[in-house]
Amino acid sequence: MIDGRDGDTSVMAGVYGPAEVKVSKEIYDRATLEVLLQPKVGPAGVREQSQEQCVRETCEAALLLSLHPRSSLTLILQVLHDDGSLLSCCLNAACMALMDAGLSMSCLFCGVTCAIGADGDIIADPTAAQEKESRALMTFAIDSTERRVMMSSTKGSFSVQELQECVAVSQKASEKVFQFYRDSVRRRYSKNL
Amino acid sequence: MKETPLSNCERDFLLRAIEEKKRLDGRQTYDYRKLKITFGTDYGCCFVDLGQTRVMAQVSCELVAPKENRPTEGILFFNIELSPMASPSFEQGRQSELSVKLNRQLERCLRNSKCIDTESLCVVSGEKVWQVRVDVHTLNNDGNLMDAASVAAITALCHFRRPDVAIQGEEVTVFSPEERDPIPLSVYHMPISVSFAFFQQGTFLLVDPCEREERVMDGLLMIAMNKHREICSIQSSGGIMLLKDQVMRCSKIASVKVSEITELISQALLNDKAARKAGGKCGFAESMPQDRITALKMDQTDVEMTNVSQTGSGVILQGDEAPPPTVPSPVVPVPGVGQVGQGLQSWGLEEEEEDDDDEEEESSGDDQVEEVTQIKLSEKDKKEAVVEISDSEEEEVEVDKLN
Repeated sequence: MIDGRDGDTSVMAGVYGPAEVKVSKEIYDRATLEVLLQPKVGPAGVREQSQEQCVRETCEAALLLSLHPRSSLTLILQVLHDDGSLLSCCLNAACMALMDAGLSMSCLFCGVTCAIGADGDIIADPTAAQEKESRALMTFAIDSTERRVMMSSTKGSFSVQELQECVAVSQKASEKVFQFYRDSVRRRYSKNL
Repeated sequence: MKETPLSNCERDFLLRAIEEKKRLDGRQTYDYRKLKITFGTDYGCCFVDLGQTRVMAQVSCELVAPKENRPTEGILFFNIELSPMASPSFEQGRQSELSVKLNRQLERCLRNSKCIDTESLCVVSGEKVWQVRVDVHTLNNDGNLMDAASVAAITALCHFRRPDVAIQGEEVTVFSPEERDPIPLSVYHMPISVSFAFFQQGTFLLVDPCEREERVMDGLLMIAMNKHREICSIQSSGGIMLLKDQVMRCSKIASVKVSEITELISQALLNDKAARKAGGKCGFAESMPQDRITALKMDQTDVEMTNVSQTGSGVILQGDEAPPPTVPSPVVPVPGVGQVGQGLQSWGLEEEEEDDDDEEEESSGDDQVEEVTQIKLSEKDKKEAVVEISDSEEEEVEVDKLN
């Protein structure tokens, strides 16, 4: 179980697999990845399903699924507290959980959220209050090897220039996140538990 | 995912050990595992750890119309989610037997015992009442989800604060937490459930069974009590025959355990209240112990944004020019009907006079056609090979209209 935190936003991720898969869902040459996002209040709705899809596409791009044919990988994300930047928090938690589970990946990924305020300035990792007042909100999944954009999910209106600036900000911010990954993994495996 | 079946050796080992009054984790027969209660940042969010079993409860409220046969009472809604995170055998969406059982037991324990004053949740009789919703999420299943869930639910209800409401004649004002302090729910008593597992047709009993013990048990007795020694609910499942004095003995054990747990809950609530008053950060993240190698915390760091705009502009300049739009332009043959591309039937409709109501749709359709045709015209200047896939005849008609 890995807990991912962005400020006060907390998400708990759990990974099960590779395990037996139902015949209806099996794929002959690779693993079937299922992502479940559980919100705190109420049943999961369409918004959660679309967020699940974003996370799933990113994970499928990073994982080496062909190493586990006809198997299932289940990734469960439970929202513990939502104070903005939820999707990027989910992505971070997912990556660390997959890494901790020992699943082979071609690259690590991290999520970064950028908000464009009413006056045009870019806020990285916004809180819920900042998100509410923003003109546009973008979440990018950045990969660790070449800092490219793996997935983007945007809301609101913005110009092409602003989009590219946010991508550049996210790439810079991803350095800090990957450094955090490295530190926590080093700490975790420093001793035999 | 299918649950791994329990092997016969494991089963025999557990039963033999129970006969010799030994438990896997070294507890005594009547011992509970370590119970830890922490709170989240919002009011009404509570985490309960019972050994390795972990659940989270979240209470929320909203204003709804009351039930018709109870116009002056608020509504309580309980939901226990058996998340696949707790155990791979729990499946998302499917209501398993265990899920139905837990939900029903929690409802009986908390709703039928009238531990929350529902009359105080009424705002306008017959029109608006508070619906208090308790969502319990199971995070890890190591046995005895029922007890953990009941502790989490009642603690979260005690911790929850609902928005303040003011009624002036016909007007009802709901204040946000910033305007006026939210007020706690009125809780009469705290029912807590205690579970007893029976083995060998009722000969041996264990309190607070862990997951392995639950797998080999014959039956389960659940007693929900409050600290005033009032029984709120009893449920016996598994088909074991219990004698009267066995049930009496269990209820005596339960009353001792319940008073201990109630004391723990009150202490946790007081600690949280003091922490919030002192202004410190409180929440799930803060409650995690930091001095472990499995935990790492990084404070807020700044990101350098100095060269961002240059990088952004550089990328745009380097990028290729956008390819010419090869999308067929949309066309409005009849008010309220949009058409894109060729090969569609004409639907047998003929061009009619524009109605006043449909003018809006017609104009928006025209705008789109205008934009695309304008782009097409500019592109035609730059490049020659623009593939126009559209019903050219109808499109010509539209363009003429605009011109």
